Amino acid sequence: MPIKMLDGNGAAVEAIRLVRPGVIAAYPITPQSSIAEHLADEVADGRIKAEYIRVESEHSAMSACVGAQLTGVRAVTATSSVGLALMHEVCGVTSGCRLPMVMYVVNRSLAAPWSLWCDHSDTMAERDSGWLQFYAGNVQDVLDLYLAGIRISEHPEVLTPSMICQDGFFLSHSMQKVNVPEDDTAFGFVGSYQRRNMYLDPEDTMFVNDLTPTDDYGEMRYQQMVGFRNAARVTEEVFAEFEKTFGRKLEVIRPYMLEDAEAAVVTMGSMSGTARYVVDELRKQGIRAGALQIVMYRPFPAEMIARALKHVPVIGVVDRSAGLGGAQPPVCTEVTAALHGGTNDIRSFIGGLAGRDISNHSFERIFADIIAIRAGKTNTHCQWFDVKVNAMDIRTVSGEEES
Amino acid sequence: MLERQETLMNTQNKRKILGPCALVFTASNTGSWRLERPLVDAELCVRCGTCAKYCPAGIITIHKAGETPVEIDLRYCKGCGICVNECPKRCMKLIPERGEE
Repeated sequence: MPIKMLDGNGAAVEAIRLVRPGVIAAYPITPQSSIAEHLADEVADGRIKAEYIRVESEHSAMSACVGAQLTGVRAVTATSSVGLALMHEVCGVTSGCRLPMVMYVVNRSLAAPWSLWCDHSDTMAERDSGWLQFYAGNVQDVLDLYLAGIRISEHPEVLTPSMICQDGFFLSHSMQKVNVPEDDTAFGFVGSYQRRNMYLDPEDTMFVNDLTPTDDYGEMRYQQMVGFRNAARVTEEVFAEFEKTFGRKLEVIRPYMLEDAEAAVVTMGSMSGTARYVVDELRKQGIRAGALQIVMYRPFPAEMIARALKHVPVIGVVDRSAGLGGAQPPVCTEVTAALHGGTNDIRSFIGGLAGRDISNHSFERIFADIIAIRAGKTNTHCQWFDVKVNAMDIRTVSGEEES
Repeated sequence: MLERQETLMNTQNKRKILGPCALVFTASNTGSWRLERPLVDAELCVRCGTCAKYCPAGIITIHKAGETPVEIDLRYCKGCGICVNECPKRCMKLIPERGEE
């Protein structure tokens, strides 16, 4: 397998080329732009034999892809942040019509405050849109999860689209060593696209996404739920076959040193490697630390997570989105629900917003909090672990305080 | 249009489809809300087909021979009047659904 130096967006373009799409419709948005640009190059140079549709927005990109995929080809788009938010309406059409599209999302925070940098607020806002969600931990994951995602989404018992999420800049613009499979091996693994379920064909007509009465709507949502339930099983089968074909292990969750852990963190995305590094450092000091990376967030692997964490007394869950107004932010909510009825002390941590680095020092701080709780020294922790102490005073203008 | 779909459905083998779709579309007929409908002066009409080309509902058929040059499927006509505006011979007009013929 040839090894290339690629950033996350480069790996995304390689993966898309390997699955031989028929139509590409993408609108450039930072930090996804180099995917849209390089896909255009690949089409212009004939390395991807697809129709590239230039669209005026992400809403149009997803709409074009829905129509294209209904004719019986793989349709490809990619986006970030407010682009994904603009797609929101059509994302529901894709999943509701059971179109097995696989889309890259390069995670970037939502506006306002306007920002170009990474957090998970964009994809967290889509967590109930009926798409599977996988979060890459490194650039190799970016490529591998796409190939696996195609197989999972297109499985006849799943027929549910997937978002392959990679952290903006931390992965999308970070050069790493990537194993790129040979064209034939990769295409042999994903296979050619099979038109299933609904389709657009002038020789065999049907109306797609017509007005559906109350009588049928709940049933169609139930059908989607069955698709998600099957996706959990199919993902494990596909990951096992992936390892056999490519020799690399893909996992739904990545437990690290959890067997005897007294305190553990739960992470998603590019911060996960840093968490494992800090676990190693703490272990050298004799502290029994552990970490769990969630790769598949939808469907949420609740039972697997419960098995992996049930014996860990104190758990810190790191959310890279604020989850404003919730009892807990989104990842912590799910982990808490997965461990419901257990004796674990689960603490929520929020940080790394809009590209603020989650460094080894961040995890040292988080671990210090949960280890102190474990030792009975305190019962409080700092939820917004990286926010400045003067958060309420960062903008001032001259003049009297308004009464 | 409707007949074609019914025939299609009767000749197909049955298979399950997940999610929202329909093979018979019964809800697209106009109903009773149309205020005006197009009327063609068959004497002046030259059967050019301009009205059929512009009809957004695609429900106008041109007959090259016979007494009725322009056949409008009033089950689906919305009475938008585009055919009337586009007719190069000005031989079409909109007449009220209620009141005088």
